[in-house]
Amino acid sequence: MLKVFWGKQKYVTIRPREASSGPVADGLWTRCPACSSLLYTKELTKNLNVCDRCSHHFRMGAWDRVRHLLDSDSFQEMDRDLKGGNPLGFSGYEGKLAKSRETTGLTEACLTGEGRLSGYQLVFGAIDFGFIGGTMGTVVGEKVSRAFECALAKRLPVVMVSAGGGGARMHEGILSLMQMAKTSQAVERHSQAGLLYIAVLTDPTMGGIYASFASLADVILAEPQALIGFAGPRVVEETIRQKLPSGFQRAEFALNNGMVDAIIERKELRKVLTRLLLYHDRGGDSYAERGV
Amino acid sequence: MLNGVFEWEKPLVELEKKIEELRRFTKGKGIDFSAEIATLESRAESLRQDIYSRLTPWQKVMIARHPRRLTCLDYIDLIFDDFFELHGDRTIRDDPAMVGGIALLEGRPVTVIGPQKGKDTKDNIARNFGLPHPEGYRKALRLMRQAEKFHRPIISLIDVVGAYPGIEAEQRGQGVVIAENIRQMSFLKVPILCVITGEGGSGGALAIGIGDRILMLENAWYSVCSPEMCAQILWKDTKKAAEAAESLCLTAQDLLEWNIIDEIIPEPLGGAHRDQKTMAMTLKEALLRHLQELETQPADELVAKRLDRYRQIGVVW
Repeated sequence: MLKVFWGKQKYVTIRPREASSGPVADGLWTRCPACSSLLYTKELTKNLNVCDRCSHHFRMGAWDRVRHLLDSDSFQEMDRDLKGGNPLGFSGYEGKLAKSRETTGLTEACLTGEGRLSGYQLVFGAIDFGFIGGTMGTVVGEKVSRAFECALAKRLPVVMVSAGGGGARMHEGILSLMQMAKTSQAVERHSQAGLLYIAVLTDPTMGGIYASFASLADVILAEPQALIGFAGPRVVEETIRQKLPSGFQRAEFALNNGMVDAIIERKELRKVLTRLLLYHDRGGDSYAERGV
Repeated sequence: MLNGVFEWEKPLVELEKKIEELRRFTKGKGIDFSAEIATLESRAESLRQDIYSRLTPWQKVMIARHPRRLTCLDYIDLIFDDFFELHGDRTIRDDPAMVGGIALLEGRPVTVIGPQKGKDTKDNIARNFGLPHPEGYRKALRLMRQAEKFHRPIISLIDVVGAYPGIEAEQRGQGVVIAENIRQMSFLKVPILCVITGEGGSGGALAIGIGDRILMLENAWYSVCSPEMCAQILWKDTKKAAEAAESLCLTAQDLLEWNIIDEIIPEPLGGAHRDQKTMAMTLKEALLRHLQELETQPADELVAKRLDRYRQIGVVW
């Protein structure tokens, strides 16, 4: 049967399905872009969207992150009703927003809430690349800021899984740029209270998101091969007019250059986060007792 | 643009040339053309008003990039009594695309920082076209921390298309450095005055752009990215930059409406390059006025207000 498949169809179209559950083919199979293996989609999903042949990490939607990392049924979403408009009147933006809402099932590119990870109460956030490339506009900026403010008020740690192709959202112009300031300040106020923030950088974490809250964490983890950087590789290539070295701006490049603490495979991520939370726990209702 | 004259200014410049010619004629040959000159002068004036009062956002972007527009060091030279430049980020090297140091403003010491564009091709190459590397931002941060230590106000003169997008810049953590600058600048316990003098592009501008007062020159632009990059990202076509400039709402007038900036600093008619000295003096007056207001405020209050200002941006529900 597989032979027939190989012969007839060279490519499999990948279309994001409702609720943004990652790389799901219309059919039963998904082709790995790294090793070209044909993967049984159900198995791939079960394997946390990681290719079992070459361990290529496919992108993962925000809700899938919640399901993967948090204790089941512990997640309480915050600010779900926060929806922005089209402040600059940028042509075509409303349509883009509507389409992203439909395909991802999210109201905006960022999902935030309170939940538990291996029993540890925390504030959790995830950016979904499927929503206009996971870019940060006013709503994402506001949600991220509120997440840190909530964590500060309740003295909880924050785990933030970021992915953002372009960083700041072009369609909201300067307002979007200013979210870099707003979120960085919220992170710092949380930090000044002696609270823990762990960032998980996933493919891709670029531009305004990388140059603000995503790189201001106490511990920065990255998924293998994730694209991490400020300027997009195409912009860099056009500027310097030479071919980029292989592996440029990948997680391993960031690690070698001292920009992230560790690269963690997805299947290990929950365990590593648990360890880190444990190191910062001082027993019992630790965060309330710790003081500053 | 030819010889620093924009296409849309040509009729005006030709008229101005004619007036100049007549003046020379009057002087040289002793023939009285004063009536003709007066007529032409009034026509030039109305033409000037006409041309410069309805500049498109893209035309403003081009004025902001005029080769004779004042650079950071020009302002420093014209506004401050004295300036001692400080170099280096204490980690890798001195970035010539970012300058900074201690200056005297009407006798009071202040710290001035700002990206520096070149004056000509050679200078531009040396200064990397005013596109700073991470070490440039790190130098700026070092000088700002120093300012805080010695209770000096900070004046940041911003004219930058963006942080440099290069291999080494990425290796040395351009994104991390920008985030770090934003974070630390937000909490500095001294008054910070930021002025967008020309271009304000993306995180590269914001990394030296957190302040208590944000002033902006009349024809400067400030946005999430340059119009060219916006056009490239959204429509894969840099030729649509004019359209992108329109959509991005990047002019000083737009930004004042959004409360992103506090004041528009008027430029001489036609742009800052047409009368550098007047431009510098107008800016100096504004700097002194705002500094006086800020210096009376206790440091904690200053920081609290600064944070509140950014906290409110984009809250539209």
